[in-house]
Amino acid sequence: MGAKPVEQLESVVIRFAGDSGDGMQLTGGRFSSETALSGNDLATFPDFPAEIRAPAGSLPGVSGFQLHFADHDILTPGDRPDVLVAMNPAALKTNLPDLPVGGTLIVDTDAFTDRNLKKAGYDASPLEDGSLGAYQVHAVPLTGMTVGALKDIEGVTAREAERAKNMFALGLMSWLYGRPIESTLEFLQTKFAKRPEIAAANVKAFNTGYAFGETSEAFSVQYEVKPAKLAPGRYRQITGNVALSYGLIAASKLSELPLFLGAYPITPASSILEELAKHKSFGVRTFQAEDEIAAAGAALGASFGGGLGVTTSAGPGVVLKSETVGLAVALELPLVVIDVQRAGPSTGMPTKPEQGDLLMVLFGRNSESPVPVLAASTPGDCFHAAIEAARVALTYRTPVYLLSDAYLANGSEPWQIPDISALEPIEVEFARAVEGETFLPYHRDPETLARPWAVPGTPGLEHRVGGLEKANETGNVSYDPENHDLMTQLRAQKVAGIAVGDQPVDHQEGADVLVLSWGGTYGPVHAGVRRVRAAGGKVAHAHLRWLNPFPRNLGDVLRSYDRVLVPEMNLGQLSRLVRAQYLVDAVGYNRVTGKPFKAGEIADAVEALL
Amino acid sequence: MSELALTAKDFKSDQEVRWCPGCGDYAILAAVQSFMPELGLAREKIVFISGIGCAARFPYYMQTYGMHSIHGRAPAIATGLAVSRPDLSVWVVSGDGDALSIGGNHLIHALRRNVNLKLLLFNNRIYGLTKGQYSPTSGQGKVSGSTPLGSVDYPFNPLALALGAGATFVARALDIDKPGLTDVLRRAAAHKGAAFVEVFQNCNIYNDGEFDYIREDKDARTYLAQGEAFGETGIVHDESDFATAFALAQLSWEKDGVVPLGVFRDVQRDSYDELVNAQLANAGGDGDLQALVGSGDTWTIG
Repeated sequence: MGAKPVEQLESVVIRFAGDSGDGMQLTGGRFSSETALSGNDLATFPDFPAEIRAPAGSLPGVSGFQLHFADHDILTPGDRPDVLVAMNPAALKTNLPDLPVGGTLIVDTDAFTDRNLKKAGYDASPLEDGSLGAYQVHAVPLTGMTVGALKDIEGVTAREAERAKNMFALGLMSWLYGRPIESTLEFLQTKFAKRPEIAAANVKAFNTGYAFGETSEAFSVQYEVKPAKLAPGRYRQITGNVALSYGLIAASKLSELPLFLGAYPITPASSILEELAKHKSFGVRTFQAEDEIAAAGAALGASFGGGLGVTTSAGPGVVLKSETVGLAVALELPLVVIDVQRAGPSTGMPTKPEQGDLLMVLFGRNSESPVPVLAASTPGDCFHAAIEAARVALTYRTPVYLLSDAYLANGSEPWQIPDISALEPIEVEFARAVEGETFLPYHRDPETLARPWAVPGTPGLEHRVGGLEKANETGNVSYDPENHDLMTQLRAQKVAGIAVGDQPVDHQEGADVLVLSWGGTYGPVHAGVRRVRAAGGKVAHAHLRWLNPFPRNLGDVLRSYDRVLVPEMNLGQLSRLVRAQYLVDAVGYNRVTGKPFKAGEIADAVEALL
Repeated sequence: MSELALTAKDFKSDQEVRWCPGCGDYAILAAVQSFMPELGLAREKIVFISGIGCAARFPYYMQTYGMHSIHGRAPAIATGLAVSRPDLSVWVVSGDGDALSIGGNHLIHALRRNVNLKLLLFNNRIYGLTKGQYSPTSGQGKVSGSTPLGSVDYPFNPLALALGAGATFVARALDIDKPGLTDVLRRAAAHKGAAFVEVFQNCNIYNDGEFDYIREDKDARTYLAQGEAFGETGIVHDESDFATAFALAQLSWEKDGVVPLGVFRDVQRDSYDELVNAQLANAGGDGDLQALVGSGDTWTIG
C-alpha cells in the first residue's frame, strides 16, 4: 500500500476531550510539544474541572484540551474545534455543540456502553441514531484496539492497558497531522522509567495508533501544516505560570536580591510555588505558609530583611492578603503580589479564567492605600511582566499587584527564549549610615519619592517601622493632622509618578473606533481586531499593561477616537475606571463565562460599533 | 561581648514610652533592655517584631531594628525575616489577644516549624488597647466590657497550647520578677529554634490584680529546677520530657495554689531556617538562568 495523499492546511484546531482520568491534559500537552517542534505557531487552552476525579463517565468530569496550530502567527487557541476527539459519551455531549457542521469527530466506540450513555444522558447511542450525520465521524474502537495490542506485554494489568488508550489516540492524531514523534517516545520512556513495562505499553499503544492511521481505510488523507514564519530565534513552549516563575528568578538575578516566595496552595496559582520550589540553586526560598495571610506576611518579612519578597495566589487568597498589602503601603517596602485570577465570587469556578479582580486589587484595602497594578497579556509575557513588577516594587519601595489569570497560567504558546544578558539590571541601593547625619527613614528620593531601604544588620540605621501613621522624614509615630494629609498625598504621588511609558496603539489609518483591552484577553481581542480588518473594517487596538498608574498619554489616546470599546471578562471594571478618569464614553463588551473570549465575538462587538 | 560594651541604656530608643502608668509592660521593657547586652550582638543584628495591642508598642522603645506590624501576624512576618536572614536575632512581642486569638494559627505554626524566633507573650488576660474586653486567656466568669454577665468561654492555657504545637522551648515568667524573667530570657536566647515565653503581666487599668498572688508575695513564686521535684507535687522536673512539662503546665493558682515559673521544656531540634538554608546550600547556588529558560524541547527558526 502506498502512502496516503497529503492535504495542506493553514491552521487546525483540535480538541481532545475525555474523562478527568483519561489523561487528556497529558495527551494535549504531548501533541502541543510535537506541534511546537514542527515549527508551527500554536496556542493551547486546557479546560478541566476543579474536581480531581469527578465520577467516571459523568458530564461534570469531562476534561478538555484545545490546541490551535498554524503555518502563520496566531493569537488564540481557536474559537471552535475543527476536530473533536471524544473519548466517551459525556465528552461528546458536552463538546459537540462547539463542533461546526462538517467538523471531524473521532470517538472511542468502546466507551459508548449503555452505562456510559446513560450517565451522559443519552437515551440512544448517537453513533447509531443518525444524530451525527452532519459531521465526519470516525468511529474507532480505541480501547479494544489498545488492550488487544498490549495483551502480550508482561506485567501490565487489563486496567493499565486500558489506561493507555490516550496514547493510542495521540499516536493516531500524530500520524494524521504528520507530527514528529521522537520527543513523545522519549518522554514516555522518561516518565515511566521506574516501570519499564508501563513505558513499553504506552509506547506500543502510541505506535499502534500511529500505524492504525497509516493503514486504516477510515483515514484516507494525511494533513500537513507547514512551519510558521515566526521571528528568527530559539523557541520553546511555555505556560504562563512557568514563565512567571522564571521571570521572578530573573528579577532576583537582575537585582542581586534573594527571592523569597510565600504561598499557600490555591488553584490556579499553585504551580508557581511548585515551579519555584525546584530552583533552590538560584537561591530561591519557597515557604508554603499556614495560610494566605502568613504567606504574604512572610514575604513582607523577607523584604524587610532586604530580599525580593513575593506572594502568589488567586482572588480568594488575595482578599486575605489585603491587610499585609496595606501594611506594605505604610511601611513603603517592596512586595510583589501575584493574583492569578479565576472566576468568582467566593470559590467560584477555580479552574476558569476571569478578570474580576481589577477593582479589588486597586481599591480593596482600608483607607487611601495606593498600589501599582500591571497585568500580563500572554503566557510568555508573564516572564517580562514579573520582571517589571519586581522592578517597580524595588525601585519605588511599594507593593505591586501583578494580574494573571487561569487562561494564561495553564495555556501555552511558543516562546522565544530570551537572552538573559540583554535584560536590564534592576539597580537597588540599600541605605548606609552617614557620619554625623541623623538617619531619616522616611526621607524620600526626589525623583521616585521612594524612601531609603535600611535593612537590619546595617550599623547605625536602627529604626522602627510600623502600621501607625508616621511623621514625614523621621518615621516616628505621628497623629499630627497636617502630617497625615501630607503623608497620604505623598504615598499617592509616589504611585501616580511611576514611570510606565506611553501607551502604544496599533492604529489603522481611518479608524475611529478604538478597542481598549488589558490582561489575558490580548490574544482573542487582537485576533478579533484582525478579523474586522480582514473584512475591510477600520479599527485601532490598544492593550494596557499598566492599570495603575495609567500611561500618561492614555487620555489623549482615548480622546482621539470617536468610540472606545472595552472588552473585559467582568462586568465593566476598566471601562468604569476610564470613564471616571477621562470622561470618555467607553462602551463595554462584558462576558463572564469562565472561558476565554472568542475572536468571533470580539469581531462582532467591534462591527456593531463601526 | 565585652568589646561591644553595651548597656541597657544603649537599647532605649528616643521615643517616649506611652503605656499607662503602673503597667506591667514597663518592668518587662526594663528587664529586656537590661538583658540585651548579654546577647553579645551589635544592636543592628537584633530585630523586634510585634503585632497589635498594648504589648505591640514594644519595638518602638527598643534601639534595635523593629516592626510594629498587623494584629496577630508578627510570627508570620518574623518567619520570613528569620529564614532569609539567619544572621539576625529575631524577637516577637505579643499579647494574649494578638498571639492566641487573631494570630493563633501563626503562633502554632511558627512553633511547629521551630523557626528561630524568641516569642514573648505578655499575658494580662484582657484586651487593654480596646478598653477592657475579655481575652482568650480570661477565666470563665470574667466580667468585662463585652461580658457583662461573665464570660462563658473556657480559656486557653498558653503553655499547654505551645507544648501541644510542638514547641521546643516553653517557659513562664512574671513581669516584675526581674531575676526570674532575666533567667528565662537568657535560656530562651540560648535556645536554637522557637522559644516561647509566657510573661504574666498586670494590666492595672482593666484587669488589675490578676497575678497578685505572686506579684505581691515573693515567697509564693515557685521556680522549676531541672531534676528536682516541683514543690509539693512530687513531679520531678525534666525539661526534655513532654509529659512532665505538660503536667506542670496544668498547675494553676486557683486549683492547686501553686504556679510554676521558669523553663518547662527545652529540647534541641534542627531549626526551620537551618533546614531551609541547608537545602539551599546543597543546591549549590550556581543556577544557570540562561540554561533554565532554554530548558525542555526547543527549536530554532531562521
